[in-house]
Amino acid sequence: MISILDIIGPVMVGPSSSHTAGACRIGLFARALLGVPPLEAEVELHGSFARTGVGHGTDRAIAGGLLGFLPDDERLRESLTLAEKAGLRIEFRNTRLGDQHHPNTTRITVRAHDLKARIVGSSLGAGRILITEIDGFPVEVTGASPVLVFIAQDVPGIISAVSTALARQGDNIASLKVFRRKKGGDAIHIYELDAPASRSALEVIHALSAVRMIRSIPRIT
Amino acid sequence: MFESLNEACDRAEELGISLGELALRTEAEGGLRTREEVEHSLRRALEVMRSAVTRGLRGDLYSVSGLVGGDAAKLSRAVGPLKGTVFTDVLASALAVQEVNAAMGVIVAAPTAGGAGVLPGVLLGLARTHALDDDVLVRALATAGLVGAVVAQRASLSGAEGGCQAETGAAAGMAAAAGIDALGGTPTEAIHAVALTMQGTLGLVCDPLGGLVEVPCVYRNATGGAMALAGIEMALAGVRFPIPVDEVIDTMGEIGRSMDVRYRETAGGGLAATPTGRRLARERLVQLKGKGSGKGTETS
Repeated sequence: MISILDIIGPVMVGPSSSHTAGACRIGLFARALLGVPPLEAEVELHGSFARTGVGHGTDRAIAGGLLGFLPDDERLRESLTLAEKAGLRIEFRNTRLGDQHHPNTTRITVRAHDLKARIVGSSLGAGRILITEIDGFPVEVTGASPVLVFIAQDVPGIISAVSTALARQGDNIASLKVFRRKKGGDAIHIYELDAPASRSALEVIHALSAVRMIRSIPRIT
Repeated sequence: MFESLNEACDRAEELGISLGELALRTEAEGGLRTREEVEHSLRRALEVMRSAVTRGLRGDLYSVSGLVGGDAAKLSRAVGPLKGTVFTDVLASALAVQEVNAAMGVIVAAPTAGGAGVLPGVLLGLARTHALDDDVLVRALATAGLVGAVVAQRASLSGAEGGCQAETGAAAGMAAAAGIDALGGTPTEAIHAVALTMQGTLGLVCDPLGGLVEVPCVYRNATGGAMALAGIEMALAGVRFPIPVDEVIDTMGEIGRSMDVRYRETAGGGLAATPTGRRLARERLVQLKGKGSGKGTETS
């Protein structure tokens, strides 16, 4: 349901809710997915992001998101310099991801130490985003709710074990999606929650032998 | 939130409350946020709008391309026939917010960043001349939110989907209703102000030079504010637009859907496609690429 706060807002650094605020949120999502501050980032800009991104500050907005700045943070203006100072090396490149992608789309690969994460995210307008790919898996995540993301071997009983672990802590699931590449291979699980998953539930899920990567991603504000 | 302004108006008239009060009650009944939380967010939005106007009026901000800046300050020293009236105040404030936006300053998207100058322009312009307090302005922002929500559901708030009529046009409709609410007008006057304003922005194309939120966007916010003032003045005088506001909004959506893609934020038509528009975009954008990270190579 649409709220009057979707209309009067967000409070944001200009000039474009799609090219600036939305771009920043995609950067924030990539940072949250990596789980630690990234040290290297490869940012590929597609469509309108590639054509008008520089004039709209899309590059600075994504860099700011990678640094953990929110869309209303005035440091977005200087984020390229601040990234350098923070030891985050970012490479921007224009690309063509294909016509199936929204015109405002970016593919971001972030690394730190031995960690790596890759997302494809689109900015849909008014600052709303849609993450369409995580580490090569097709997904649909808006960032409007906290999400629990993990990759696990496709064996029976995972969903049951995870939902039990969440329920024990009173963590309520709003939606649940699972994608697998092939039977018995890796599957990605996306749980949208009403509130971020509690630490003890995360520990229980992380300890499951089939689970190899797990991230709790807060609501991307 | 309501999908019909005519219905919302009937409901508000029945309850004897303003559209803003109705919006705040409806929002709280939705259960996602309390009324206090909604009012708190709107109060913050109001503060950000106010500081953007103040910042922009200083006149020392320029956009990334350098095409935009300094015009709000000129309007604050207006010398024309409307100097000293709320009209020039509205123009100056709308320009100020958009100049801040183009310079990567902090604004409130209302409904979008590209149309963010109209609502603060009108409301804060009226607030100065009519000494309106913050509670009144917060309720007026809720009114604007309700109007925007109806437009979002019936038509569109995106220039890429519906042209500028969906951005500054919708913003002008929102500002007209907000202005009526702030001035103590009735819900009926508010919805007629929306209709009278938006009939004047129907068909407006989105044709930004180089695809950037600069020219003509900044000026469209000022003229959008002027359109809202016209709607407010006519509605308060008792003018009633013969086509119901919902049908005016539906018309905007219908025109947007049939609008050629050149006129929907692609910089392929309108002012963007004029010889000067193309030249400016080329010169400024080439210059930007030179200033950028130098990683402008295309891979596929």
